[in-house]
Amino acid sequence: MNISRRHILVLLPAAALAWKHVLAGTPEDSPNYKLSEHWWGMLIDIPKCIGCGNCVRACQAENDVPDGFFRTWVERYHVSDYHLENPEVISPDGGKEGFPVAQEDNGKYFFVPKMCNHCSDSPCTQVCPVGATFVTPDGVVLIDQTYCLGCAYCVQACPYGCRYIHPTKKVADKCTLCYHRITKGLTTACCEACPTGARQLADLKNPNDPIHEFLKTHAVQVLKPQMATGAKAFYNGLDGSVR
Amino acid sequence: MSGLKDAGHLFRFLGLFVIAFLVFWVIRGYVVPRSFGEYGHYRGAAIAEIASHPIKFAGHQACEQCHTDEADTKSKGAHVHVNCEACHGALAQHANDPTSMTPVKPDSAVLCARCHTASAAKPKGFPQVDPADHSNGVPCATCHNPHSPVIGSDAKTTADAKKTAATGTKAATGGAK
Repeated sequence: MNISRRHILVLLPAAALAWKHVLAGTPEDSPNYKLSEHWWGMLIDIPKCIGCGNCVRACQAENDVPDGFFRTWVERYHVSDYHLENPEVISPDGGKEGFPVAQEDNGKYFFVPKMCNHCSDSPCTQVCPVGATFVTPDGVVLIDQTYCLGCAYCVQACPYGCRYIHPTKKVADKCTLCYHRITKGLTTACCEACPTGARQLADLKNPNDPIHEFLKTHAVQVLKPQMATGAKAFYNGLDGSVR
Repeated sequence: MSGLKDAGHLFRFLGLFVIAFLVFWVIRGYVVPRSFGEYGHYRGAAIAEIASHPIKFAGHQACEQCHTDEADTKSKGAHVHVNCEACHGALAQHANDPTSMTPVKPDSAVLCARCHTASAAKPKGFPQVDPADHSNGVPCATCHNPHSPVIGSDAKTTADAKKTAATGTKAATGGAK
């Protein structure tokens, strides 16, 4: 075969492009992940939370969450004596930089990390008029941001206030349970960054997941159980004053 | 066939309906994404798209592959369950190509205080100190090895720590008086 200079000029860039594609590969692929083998949730252990804000910062770094918006945030409750119905709740900048020092008094303090509850009967997915948000077969509530219109019905429907309209993308945004991580066998960014183990990713379909033992041996509650959302963020030691 | 003699307008209507339906069908074929309805009333391909986002936190397993000494020290200390990136920040870029990015050493004065500053709001069993009172401005890492923070739990730092703690606190309290 006779290859002329002209041929090489044409072939070289093509070969370079092909080689670049080979080099780049598909590093983020997760070929061994099967949707039907997982059912994701989260365990939040309130007595272990110290309100350091590591989870909030980690979430913002991992998911490019814009300033002033939160996929997860931490609230500090202060329930003074006899005032279970009127707790004083603060969350300065989502608890991102921690909390002001609290002084001992006759009430009680505790931290409540909040995030999308990845409800199995989620109100937010039911109101979407275009099918842009959905519960995946492995139990994660996701948003197809290329399909979302930004109507914000879901933002209003979420009983937990976990959604917002992204200020520049103008579409709904929320916690994905770090779907790009858990499908690769990693834990979520918030769990990775939590220094006390107050947050733990749970795979309810995995019989070896410690979540099963924990649920059996602890008094665990979800937020707003009366709304029957099928929430999968399980709170250990949840106080009655938490809304 | 006399019954259908005056029915021509009905057939024209029917024809219009058929054409309208075909037009709708063709447009729908173009507009609705192929994977829509694969798993439910949404675009099935969106799941894989979201799963393919790049990660920023490498995960402690990745860190421990190279930094075996630190992992070893940490595994024996009180910070055994604190993952590397809880303090050092998101370092997937460093894990993928260590030369492309070198992590900055965290400032222990900010970092340690974030968790260990005493507050009535924190769980009672959690180790907490008033930073001003506890160290008087001496950086935490002077006495504590962050990877194994209990003084005396790590042979390498203990000797240094005792020396600097003695001089450091003396100097500091001297300064405070």
